[in-house]
Amino acid sequence: MAVMNYSDAARKAVREAMRADDAVWCVGEDLGRGGVFGQYRGLQDEFGPARIADAPISEAAIMGAAFGAAMVGTRPIVEMRFSDFALCAVDELVNQIAKARYMFGGQSRAPMVIRQPMGMWRSSAAQHSQSLESWYTHAPGLIVICPSTPQDNYSLLKAAIECDDPVVYFEHKNMWGLDGDVDTAEAAVIGEARTRTHGDDVTIVSWSQTANFAVEAAETLAGEGIGAQVVDLRSLWPWDKNAVLDSVNKTGRLIVAHESVAVGGFGAEVVAIVSEKVGAALHGRVRRLGAPRALIAYAPNLENKMRVTAEMIVDAARDLMQ
Amino acid sequence: MNQANFDRERGVKLLTTMERIRAFEENAVLAAERDKLVLGAIHPSFGQEAAAAGVLWPLRTDDYLISTHRGHGHTLAKGADPIAMMRELLGREGGCCGGKGGSMHIADFNVNMLGANGVVGANITIGAGAAHGVKLQGGDQVVVDIFGDGAANRGPFLEGLNWAVVFQLPIIFVCEDNQYAATTKTTSVTGGDGPAARAASLGLTTQTLDGNDVEAITDAVTETITRIRNGGKPEFLHVVTYRQKGHTSFDQAAYRPDGEADKQMADNDPIQRQKNVLAAVGVAADEMQAIHDAAQAEMASALQTAADTPFPDEALAFTDVQDVGSPVVEAF
Ligand SMILES: Cc1ncc(C[n+]2csc(CCOP(=O)(O)OP(=O)(O)O)c2C)c(N)n1
Ligand SMILES: [Mg+2]
Repeated sequence: MAVMNYSDAARKAVREAMRADDAVWCVGEDLGRGGVFGQYRGLQDEFGPARIADAPISEAAIMGAAFGAAMVGTRPIVEMRFSDFALCAVDELVNQIAKARYMFGGQSRAPMVIRQPMGMWRSSAAQHSQSLESWYTHAPGLIVICPSTPQDNYSLLKAAIECDDPVVYFEHKNMWGLDGDVDTAEAAVIGEARTRTHGDDVTIVSWSQTANFAVEAAETLAGEGIGAQVVDLRSLWPWDKNAVLDSVNKTGRLIVAHESVAVGGFGAEVVAIVSEKVGAALHGRVRRLGAPRALIAYAPNLENKMRVTAEMIVDAARDLMQ
Repeated sequence: MNQANFDRERGVKLLTTMERIRAFEENAVLAAERDKLVLGAIHPSFGQEAAAAGVLWPLRTDDYLISTHRGHGHTLAKGADPIAMMRELLGREGGCCGGKGGSMHIADFNVNMLGANGVVGANITIGAGAAHGVKLQGGDQVVVDIFGDGAANRGPFLEGLNWAVVFQLPIIFVCEDNQYAATTKTTSVTGGDGPAARAASLGLTTQTLDGNDVEAITDAVTETITRIRNGGKPEFLHVVTYRQKGHTSFDQAAYRPDGEADKQMADNDPIQRQKNVLAAVGVAADEMQAIHDAAQAEMASALQTAADTPFPDEALAFTDVQDVGSPVVEAF
């Protein structure tokens, strides 16, 4: 067990995977200098410029070429710099990578990890702040992972690299410096949630940075005698329906909270499944917290209007307890 | 043509490949129009067979091919099994892709054919990546990446070609220019001096070839592949041919100037041209007729076999999506 930050935990996962398997390589802009957030720092020194490859600003080619290289036997880690720029490569990701295995009748696989730094950071405005994870859950063939802690960024990134199907891997930009304990012996299973807090009164389903806000909210609520069970999904596809349903069966109340826009967000999918399976038992005690369907502004006070905070989660829980 | 040095055996084999491609597609069109057995769109390559036969000639089986929606010819020339291909067109069990892809996604990884593509231009970056993967693994395979004239107007053309130059990859890009992109004359929507000029501006060595002269294409590609395999740089071939029929088998192509296609078919058909070449070096008409008849018989039989094959098991609708996560919510 060691304390490390979210960024270093990921770097450790990549380094270990590259040492273990020559087929693993990374490609993206500015990786030789460590990547824009330093999450690749030092890796080119160890592995050289062929395996930590500096790409031109050609997102479609980064994605497409990595896919071609995957089809002939390598295991690329694709760095998209900001999840917003991955939109320049959506054809490659959604029409090509996600579909290849199926369309070609199982002849081909695309063992790739597509790293997409996501979310609001600080005054980065509308094109450098988005959380678009729900889009990719809608594309059959893709796995979608959103780690919220250094531990998960270590073990889930390792699991993603080992996975033989394409994984869209969302790291939250605001958490690069977040410290936490990392047990390198802990292996993650894609699709298993982590129950972050236990409680009998309300279930809070979340992921990525908002899951940490949910844990904060649960601590506040505990002080008021309200037991909140935070289920950090960690992976949105596949997602751990059992963990959510078990918890909701116990608490009878559900909050879903995410940074992305509420409309069409993955929280809606969670609520839909819970409604189908145990809807009557909930008696309408459901709240969905997500961003307004507006754009993310530059000015901090405007930007804040888009945030889902721990206080909002606390309020929603109090409301459900009425 | 230097008759003394003419490689008769190669010439006959090239004719055979072209005849097989044409026969395959004639049968595929019959299956679509007469028999209503091909349910989706097919994009035949009538008139373009020389590009497929010539470009693929010097490739080893372990070299890679990546192709387009108009890729039956390339796939056959790479060595794919026509019965598996015809089954794929008919969506049947035992198709190259198990009936899941159809004509536009035909792929045969047994012969390193990495797939046709339903998205114009998408295969340019992917092909560059296949070459990147070869280089990373220290292989000596070459990638042949074929796309149309229309694809030169998509972004991947710039990104993929630049990529191959930046990383010095073992790939030959082939722009198979049939002069049309769907119903549009491509030059009417293309700025500058065309695909080869664009490629040259990115630092690729380029050649422009008569795309209906199978001997010339074969010679040029043989040399090019040798250069690339010996550690050379990526190269670009602009192969100018003509699409004799419509964009899909259902397109009558009435938008073309009167007489244009008739003239091309009469004077510039690649199969007839190769027959003339072979006749001039003494190949008997009977031998060529026998090649034609054998190709027709082979492909008619492939169609019959495919038509007699059942559709895939319904359970396959949900296989090969991904290893984790059930595709069917209700199955939870
Ligand atoms: C990105 C994209 N845009 C449009 C289409 C529709 N489409 C299919 S083939 C085609 C024409 C392509 O022309 P070209 O690249 O010259 O290839 P050809 O059909 O002549 O072989 C078009 C527009 C498509 N499949 N993909
Ligand atoms: Mg064309």
